[in-house]
Amino acid sequence: MTSFLQQLFNGLVSGSFYALLALGLAVIFGMLRVVNFAHGALYMLGAFGAVVLGDSAGLGFWWALLLVPAALAVAGMAMERLLVQRLTALDPLYNFLLTFGIALVCQDLLRMKYGSHSQPYDHAPFSGTVDLGLFDYPAYQVFVLAVSVAVCVAVWLLLTRTRIGTVVRASTERPELTRAFGIDTRRWVTPVFGFGVALAGLAGVLAAPMRAVNSDMGADLIITVFAVVVIGGLGSVFGSVIAGFAIGMLQALGNLYVPVLSQTSVYLLMAVVLLVRPAGLFGKEEHA
Amino acid sequence: MLEVEGVSARYGEATALDGASLTVGEGEVVTLVGRNGAGKTTLLRCLMGLHRPAAGRIVLAGRDITGLAAHRRARLGLGYVPDDRGIYAGLSVEENLTLPPVAAGSAWPLARVYEAFPVLAARRRFPGGRLSGGEQQMLALARVLRAGARVLLCDEPTEGLAPVAVRQIGEILRGAKEHGVSVLLVEQNLRFATTVADRHYLLAQGRVVEALDNRDVKQREDELLAHLGL
Repeated sequence: MTSFLQQLFNGLVSGSFYALLALGLAVIFGMLRVVNFAHGALYMLGAFGAVVLGDSAGLGFWWALLLVPAALAVAGMAMERLLVQRLTALDPLYNFLLTFGIALVCQDLLRMKYGSHSQPYDHAPFSGTVDLGLFDYPAYQVFVLAVSVAVCVAVWLLLTRTRIGTVVRASTERPELTRAFGIDTRRWVTPVFGFGVALAGLAGVLAAPMRAVNSDMGADLIITVFAVVVIGGLGSVFGSVIAGFAIGMLQALGNLYVPVLSQTSVYLLMAVVLLVRPAGLFGKEEHA
Repeated sequence: MLEVEGVSARYGEATALDGASLTVGEGEVVTLVGRNGAGKTTLLRCLMGLHRPAAGRIVLAGRDITGLAAHRRARLGLGYVPDDRGIYAGLSVEENLTLPPVAAGSAWPLARVYEAFPVLAARRRFPGGRLSGGEQQMLALARVLRAGARVLLCDEPTEGLAPVAVRQIGEILRGAKEHGVSVLLVEQNLRFATTVADRHYLLAQGRVVEALDNRDVKQREDELLAHLGL
């Protein structure tokens, strides 16, 4: 029983990363109809950002948590303005290629500079364990889970309780119609893209103290995250977050009971979901 | 209030509009009738700025808006009620109502909207997708009136509605007209059209082929219905 719960908790912690990344992808897809293939690379840049800030500027974890997502948000907005925006009128394939290309360039640049082995990060904000009642659990992992849940809830409140949130949800559901109601949706596109990228950066910083920081870390993770987004429903913020945590737990339990299936379980689930509900668990059929 | 001169539009190679011209005066309700594929919806989309016309000119209250972006047209007082009612299923009734920024001084305060549409007040927290067809249509009209639209572009607002709801839509449109709002109404229900409209245009193959008044429509009802294929 304890090992079951412990494994469930491990799942929630990896789900924390899936949820943050899927959330960013969902927000971006909703507003821009662009699947950001560079999302994994931006997560990796977030982790490297934390390492570089620590090593060369002597700025610790908390600084990284603040500065790296902000810097990546700016980079993301520049990327949207200078590149993505030029292609949105064309076939979506062009932005697939563009963002995929950006991901490859980022990965290779870091591989040239750091090689492919992992970089140590020794600015972990705290070590030790906390007593969760039935078992002790690493304090940092509990912190990651708490931050992820808090960020997801905050984004949810932002989307459902504020004017900006209403505009973003309206633009997500019916982009063309929203323009006909007097809202310049393009004005919101760049900030929303930057915000989604910042979430990837935040996930990257959170990963630095507990995961291997190397040029492949994003590519390894993002494939699962795409499956998460498809299962939750493309563009569904709620679905992405729920699916993120659920799939984290599914993988962890798979590890415990059916180790052979732990990696494939996500894709099996994705196949089943696509057969039964092609728009994903919480997705809606696209309007014209 | 609204002048349309020789507007043409294409979808790829297909011609949807071929030099359509019409005018809508201030406080006037004008219907656009025509069989499916005549170009009615395309014309409204061109007027709203959602489809770029290949030729022609669109003038709103003396201002040429032909090249203007959709959101700017809305802010100048064009209110769009699309053929599928354009209700955001994921937004509450109140969010649907308050989404469009207020365009002009004639905007309805929310309290007045709720007074005029008690159903919407009762369902203000409901997601828009949970309303009935008639309620959605009411919401679609209330939404553009609240934003202060001076010219409504309504695409078949009575389609698929029960007679009670059709009567309500008629009352809303007549009420708007009394306040000086102009309406360009795509409508297949000729009986309904003659109860709300001042004039009618018959659209065929992307052109306005006839201008009719209410008496013409009543006298030639059978002939027109045959033309519309109803």
